Amino acid sequence: MAEAHPVGFQWVMEAKRRGAKVFHVDPRFTRTSALADTYLPIRAGTDIALLGGVVRYILENGLDFREYVLSYTNAATIISEEFVDAEEGDGLFSGFNPETGAYDQTSWQYAGQEGESGSMDTSDERDTAAGLRHESHGMPIPGQVLRDESLQHPRCVYQILKRHYARYTPEMVERVCGIPQEKFLELARAWTENSGRERTGALVYSVGWTQHSVGVQYIRTGAIIQTLLGNIGRPGGGVMALRGHASIQGSTDIPTLFNLLPGYLPMPHHAKHPTFDEWADSIHHPGQKGFWGNARAYCASLLKAYWGDAATPENDFCYGYMPRMTGDHGTYQQVLNMIDGKVKGYFLLGQNPAVGSAHGRAQRLGMANLDWLVVRDLFMIESATFWRNGPEVETGEITPEQCRTEVFFLPAASHVEKEGTFTQTQRMLQWREKAVEPPGDARSELWFFYHLGRKLREKLARSEKRRDRALLDLAWDYPTQGPLAEPSAEAVLREINGFDVATGRPLGGFTEARADGSTAVGCWIYSGVYADGVNQAARRKSRHEQNWVAGEWGWAWPSNRRTLYNRASADPDGRPWSERKKYIWWDEEKGEWTGYDVPDFEKTKPPSYRPKAGTSGPEGIAGDDPFVMQADGKAWLYAPSGVVDGPLPTHYEPAESPMRNPLYRQQANPSRKVYPDAINSVNPSPPEEQAQIFPYVFTVSRLTEHHTAGGMSRMVRPLAELQPEMFVEVSPELAAEVGLTHLGWAHLITGRAAIEAKVLVTDRLTPLRVEGRVIHQVWLPYHFGYEGLVTGDSANDLIGITLDPNVLIQESKVGTCDVRPGRRPTGRALREMVEDYQRRAFMSPDRHAPVVTPPDPGTSDAS
Amino acid sequence: MLPDPNSLAGPLDPAPEAGWSDAPPRMGFFTDTSVCIGCKACEVACKEWNDVPTSGLDLLGMSYDNTGALTANSWRHVAFVEQPRPAGHRTPPFAGNPTDGSTSPSSAAVGATTGNPVGTEPGEPTGSPEAAARMAAGPEFLGMPGTQPPGRATGPENRSDFRWLMMSDVCKHCTHAACLDVCPTGSLFRTEFGTVVVQEDICNGCGYCISACPYGVIDRRKDDGRAWKCTLCYDRIGVGKTPACAQACPTESIQYGPLEELRERAAARVATLHERGVPEARLYGHDPADGVGGDGAFFLLLDEPEVYGLPPDPVVTTRDLPKMWKKAGLAALAVAAAAVAAFVGGSS
Amino acid sequence: MGIRTFIEGWPVYRQLTGTDPLGRGAAAQSPRTAELTARTETADSMARSVCPYCAVGCGQRVYVKDGQVTQIEGDEDSPISRGRLCPKGAASKSLVTSPLRQTKVRYRRPYATEWEDLELDVALDMIADRVLAAREETWEDVDSEGRPLNRTLGISSLGGATLDNEENYLIKKLFTAMGALQIENQARI
Repeated sequence: MAEAHPVGFQWVMEAKRRGAKVFHVDPRFTRTSALADTYLPIRAGTDIALLGGVVRYILENGLDFREYVLSYTNAATIISEEFVDAEEGDGLFSGFNPETGAYDQTSWQYAGQEGESGSMDTSDERDTAAGLRHESHGMPIPGQVLRDESLQHPRCVYQILKRHYARYTPEMVERVCGIPQEKFLELARAWTENSGRERTGALVYSVGWTQHSVGVQYIRTGAIIQTLLGNIGRPGGGVMALRGHASIQGSTDIPTLFNLLPGYLPMPHHAKHPTFDEWADSIHHPGQKGFWGNARAYCASLLKAYWGDAATPENDFCYGYMPRMTGDHGTYQQVLNMIDGKVKGYFLLGQNPAVGSAHGRAQRLGMANLDWLVVRDLFMIESATFWRNGPEVETGEITPEQCRTEVFFLPAASHVEKEGTFTQTQRMLQWREKAVEPPGDARSELWFFYHLGRKLREKLARSEKRRDRALLDLAWDYPTQGPLAEPSAEAVLREINGFDVATGRPLGGFTEARADGSTAVGCWIYSGVYADGVNQAARRKSRHEQNWVAGEWGWAWPSNRRTLYNRASADPDGRPWSERKKYIWWDEEKGEWTGYDVPDFEKTKPPSYRPKAGTSGPEGIAGDDPFVMQADGKAWLYAPSGVVDGPLPTHYEPAESPMRNPLYRQQANPSRKVYPDAINSVNPSPPEEQAQIFPYVFTVSRLTEHHTAGGMSRMVRPLAELQPEMFVEVSPELAAEVGLTHLGWAHLITGRAAIEAKVLVTDRLTPLRVEGRVIHQVWLPYHFGYEGLVTGDSANDLIGITLDPNVLIQESKVGTCDVRPGRRPTGRALREMVEDYQRRAFMSPDRHAPVVTPPDPGTSDAS
Repeated sequence: MLPDPNSLAGPLDPAPEAGWSDAPPRMGFFTDTSVCIGCKACEVACKEWNDVPTSGLDLLGMSYDNTGALTANSWRHVAFVEQPRPAGHRTPPFAGNPTDGSTSPSSAAVGATTGNPVGTEPGEPTGSPEAAARMAAGPEFLGMPGTQPPGRATGPENRSDFRWLMMSDVCKHCTHAACLDVCPTGSLFRTEFGTVVVQEDICNGCGYCISACPYGVIDRRKDDGRAWKCTLCYDRIGVGKTPACAQACPTESIQYGPLEELRERAAARVATLHERGVPEARLYGHDPADGVGGDGAFFLLLDEPEVYGLPPDPVVTTRDLPKMWKKAGLAALAVAAAAVAAFVGGSS
Repeated sequence: MGIRTFIEGWPVYRQLTGTDPLGRGAAAQSPRTAELTARTETADSMARSVCPYCAVGCGQRVYVKDGQVTQIEGDEDSPISRGRLCPKGAASKSLVTSPLRQTKVRYRRPYATEWEDLELDVALDMIADRVLAAREETWEDVDSEGRPLNRTLGISSLGGATLDNEENYLIKKLFTAMGALQIENQARI
């Protein structure tokens, strides 16, 4: 956190000053570790084993916050008797289909609800990254559930959890993660001792957790711990995702993603959502409890915002215009399709996949096989110059005279040359004022896409084709201003907020959205950001003039709540759990919820409220159910649906690992998304033969001094000089083993590529003892490329394409490699070296790593 | 008219001494290295505000320090020190891991030889191998650095203890500033805030200040020949703003304020750290009785000053100047008076 | 300037007659130094902005003089950042005023070895033509069972996490209406 989010880290330092204990878990000792009380070096890709160990420690010692767990979680809920845990299935849960590599979730359901919800086959959900939809809400489940308040029923969630993690002992943590037992116990003790009524503990993660083939389950495990300890919805608690781009939260809320529409509405699927009703009902199951029950209003209002007057209840608000998904249309599938010549044109909008995406060579070869490419950026980045300066030009794989891709480079306006909102990592929108006009041809994306849309519509104006109606009927009449005819960002924000169609009055919040076409709302979760016709995101009331929650600075979704599920900061009767941790509470006299934040609960629903049987929507949520976006109002320790690779997190080895999975026969996540393509060779892992060809573990991350693929830092002099060269960090022990010298060169080889880097031999890296073996890990920054003031080989070239099945994010935080001293070969010899490794590791084009691990006669380690 | 000989050494309030009647309180920096996260925001914010040119694009291999030293082109410099030593009360980071001996001394020694020209003079090479090795291992390190390959270095058999120190260094704005004392042009002057500033319109690049500085801070740019260093953002503090580095610092490692107040705050911070099991915390440059009369920019360190590349006992190089002053001063006055007379005469 | 003020401005005169006989302080101050002030004070305008790098969302104040950005620093009022910035945020002025920034449209023809210039309007028009052609060439009306698809898989887009919500909203809206499904951004990476 100190490394990649230094200004956010001031709050950790503030907590430290007040006596907080800081633990840092990372494969390498970073600037965060330097300030932590305890640093735990970990084998990359084993966090679920560590966290599972903490879950076991809590349950075995009865250290959960029992009152919170009983009232606010699904710990007491009884699960179907058809459910078989992965502990009994050698790493596979019940319902696994080896043909599709996906689960049928029927047996995972709450008892009595089998067949009513869940998915018969999650392979479609995997292809469409359906898990992302749950950013704002849980999965639907119907009606009442069976509970055992004593938590003794063998099939209640509490007991299932206890059995599932029974083998995640301190010894097992040490065997899997390489973390000595005493260190692990220090963490487990501190975490549990600093949770409860009087204290809360916070968990902070970043892409070190997400970018794995089991990434979503990493976060789930963290959430299980925080829920068991009562650290959700309370001040100083929570699970905090530190996101790495200025508006990466915004770009999922208002998604530039293939599978989502604004506000986490799903992009329609050709088979599942042929009609508007089927689409809307798939989001809110009729009869479902909780706030998600109003989904139909959000759907209708979005289409109304898109197609304006043309969208009517009679024509299902132009639902017929919507494009339909048939499967995986994600960025990695697209790149493979580019290589196959299926994609004609490609827009890059402030993104640099030639350096920043996994498998750089595949990215560049894909771009070299397009008809046209539009790059919009501040600088001449690698993705715009691959055809003349890319490494493939040197190896002879790309020849400019034979590369047909037509490239348009369009300069972009910077953040001070346009106005608009970023959504930061805590879901807060902040409006930026424009300081100056953009220079020369530089323009905002708002300008580019508004005017591109205008031109497309002009060119099609006389078209009779049905397919063009969607463009011609589009509500696309934004006012423009200034010498450049810049569209008004404020007008767009107003549409995002939503308005009453008849009067134009901006809505005060999403509860005002209607399903009858009388409201248009661009993104329902952002509704309220323009309440009363005021740009709430532009609020800048000084922190000195308001309470510490600072609710009048910017605007957070939903409804300006700063801490989600904050009803949980009070006990079931509505009283603060403790004076120290007071946040939101029930004011009996006034008959309403009050506190420092906007209550994340119906303001006047008393703690004693109980719904009548069969009540749906928000009325179905009891006065002591804080998790109002969940269908049962409870935090889910066990997820009967919504997570496609298991209801409980389970340790699997990364797709590339030097180790056999010590816990299960199943080596890696059985439902991970794989791309069996000739260009995407995956290094062998145990029990496969030849795993030892790639004996070392590598991981990549950021440096404070650089940003992502380097487009905004390697081009900026005062930053470039602070970290001027690509390097690899190695431990003294590995340096001795391989023969590396400090500031000398090394090259790293995987089944995809070989790259070179200067060597930093440092005590900050350590070997780990895992299952009696010594495992060496190396670390690389991923900021470097071949353009800019400072250049170097790209770490992402090393990485293959294997994805998490829930959200389709790539496993780029861990892989295996070989490390050799000296510089890499150049020209054709470079590919020959990689091909030689592929031959020696038996990585022929038609070989695919087994998804389901076959039985092996050996014991723990095949090597 | 001649100064009190004592005013070139010992405690005093420098601004009134330099002719500022009604001087505001003396302002300075307290840099608390125990909360420094080594982000280098100070280095960048300084360069952005003061338009300081680049200081080269070399990978130095001195841990994460690629700036190397304070130069005319780097007015803040964050030092990084990797040490196989315990850090306060913290759990040893590599306890139980299969480690051998430490490599810090030898890799720092290798790094120390990699400095390239940075466009300034003397430009401060990153340091001698010996100094670097001392920096890495602590003052007790006695082995010959650089003689063994990494991983085979002398030191503890098992490097379970480790700490990574970071410190943002800056001009000390000495109470008795030798640079100022020796400046023949009046370019270096004492401001009303008690800080020491080079006036770029006056400096003629003679370089006397460079050898005078007991900290090796002040330095010349090769292209324009003039001396440059931290001004404690004289232009900003004049309008009540915080210097750029302190304003940016995410963790309040760099604190700006009235020196008296900072000294109190620093003493309290040391006491807190001692209570919390960090006995190695100590102040540096805070003492008005030290060889430079105390620094306007002082530090909380977690090791001996040498470890950070700071002189352990700096002394104003002009301490003995008063003895020589009478002659030199009288001569200078005589020349100046003659010059005034010549001008007045010539224009009438 | 009269001769008297000229002489009174002389450091050595001030040294001899003033409170600073050694000429190390008040007397040594040059007229330029005396007139120094923070350029934030003399700026024509100041915009309240937000750092463009990571997602912490630090407040920035952007100072402008004569149409040029002259300083970007932390916004002291922000409850998130309390006026502080990391090295990247602190380098924002260098980012937006970098001499390496491209400010002209560049065009590379198929099989060309060099860039060419191109007018922005012409580029926009050419891109619009290519979008329509790609869409036409790869359009899918219905699936094998006759269910609607309304889409093209011939166009891709990547990026959005560094852009504004309003921009992403227009991108998604336009691409959806075009039938271009394949939009992705950094959140997937």
